[in-house]
Amino acid sequence: METDFDIELPLLLQAVHAKYGYDFRHYATASLKRRMKLAQQELSCRSLSVMQERVLREPDLMHRLLGYLTVQVSEMFRDPEFFLALREKVVPFLRTWPSLKVWIPGCAGGEEVYSMAILLREEGLLDRTLIYATDINREALRKAEAGLFPLGRMAQFSKAYHQAGGRASLADYYTVGYGSALFDRSLREKVLFSDHSLTTDSAFAEVELITCRNVLIYFDHQLQDRAIGLFSSSLCHGGFLGLGSKETLSYSKYSPDFADFVADRRIYRRQ
Amino acid sequence: MNGLPITSAVVVGGSAGASEVLSRLLADLPDDFAAPIAVVIHLARRQPSALPEALGRRSRLPVREPLDKEPLAPATVYVAPPNYHLLIERGPAFALSTDEPVYFSLPSIDVLFESAADVFGPRLVAILLSGANQDGARGLKAVSDAGGLALVQAPEEAAFRAMPEAGLAMCPHAQAMGVEALAQLLRERRELRARAGEEASW
Repeated sequence: METDFDIELPLLLQAVHAKYGYDFRHYATASLKRRMKLAQQELSCRSLSVMQERVLREPDLMHRLLGYLTVQVSEMFRDPEFFLALREKVVPFLRTWPSLKVWIPGCAGGEEVYSMAILLREEGLLDRTLIYATDINREALRKAEAGLFPLGRMAQFSKAYHQAGGRASLADYYTVGYGSALFDRSLREKVLFSDHSLTTDSAFAEVELITCRNVLIYFDHQLQDRAIGLFSSSLCHGGFLGLGSKETLSYSKYSPDFADFVADRRIYRRQ
Repeated sequence: MNGLPITSAVVVGGSAGASEVLSRLLADLPDDFAAPIAVVIHLARRQPSALPEALGRRSRLPVREPLDKEPLAPATVYVAPPNYHLLIERGPAFALSTDEPVYFSLPSIDVLFESAADVFGPRLVAILLSGANQDGARGLKAVSDAGGLALVQAPEEAAFRAMPEAGLAMCPHAQAMGVEALAQLLRERRELRARAGEEASW
């Protein structure tokens, strides 16, 4: 039986799309509902209808709602085996290209971006690389660009960095101040942070590597396919796609565009 | 048993002291057990889980970690992967998320139970086992509120009683049962066993 919440949710998403252009109508339902229940509670709205009325008239509330709907908490070198496989299996191919473009869609707070920049720096590739770090949440992009992370997270990140085959010490890449770790500016000199939506925007560059891990899990099947279609059309022949450890192309109509490259680490190759 | 429609499901949650009990429950299932079983057991977040293999040794049903968007198959045990929440969507199919931990838990039992209650309503059996925190209590209540059957391991025989006790406190309709009674209930519930020719309505 549909609850009032179930009836109100698509109406709210419709309103958000019509008014602000953000399209959450094809986000995966179960986690979207959890996030919206949390938002409703914390934004003190008696119902989603009340939230809808306020969101339409208060752009600032839309801004806050976006925080609930988009930001994923990530980790640097999350799933270190993935980065180790990139280093050992993919980097030798990346070296064969005279210049590199890497796309990290849904980069949120930037943990994946800095992990990638450090890996490419250690492999001597960062100087000839351009990284596109994109997200729909501009505030998250600003935070990512600032390169500031809570110092308390560094012990975990550092452990993962070493498991991922890191060659130095993670602390070599940041300075400490006011309880924060500020990552080296030179890591982001080759990063272009920009606003891009996998839901509504199109492909914008030809790239050699895309890593999009644990972003597609928030999309329904149809939207996943749209995103994977964008990846397929953005990757050069022989380019690489890295997904999250529990994500698969198996259910996508674009799966014939890709071959398994490191199957157990979800690294695919455009063919 | 692939090809049979999925008419009901079982969800199991637990923490410290739960995996032995679960292993025992799985070992006792009958040959014609047909419902999918989705499991969240709290484990170390950042290392591969040995649980599917451990459970698989005593279970007649295949045990594995599901992929995102994987459809639920009958007579299969699905264990939430470490460092992800496991949810059930209409289909029914699995979905994963990396949202904030709930009661420091990722995966969280509440997240699985609440999403399963949403999809399966009265055709869900939820079992909350031994554990040392209160994750799962809200989820159990959601299952019960949606008409599903809410069960907890009897606190007096649980290795850690905080979790089943929190479940009973939050969800007064939940029934507390010993492991033997839980095993018997899973063996004997007709809707959890193979019945050809029924159509699922989701």
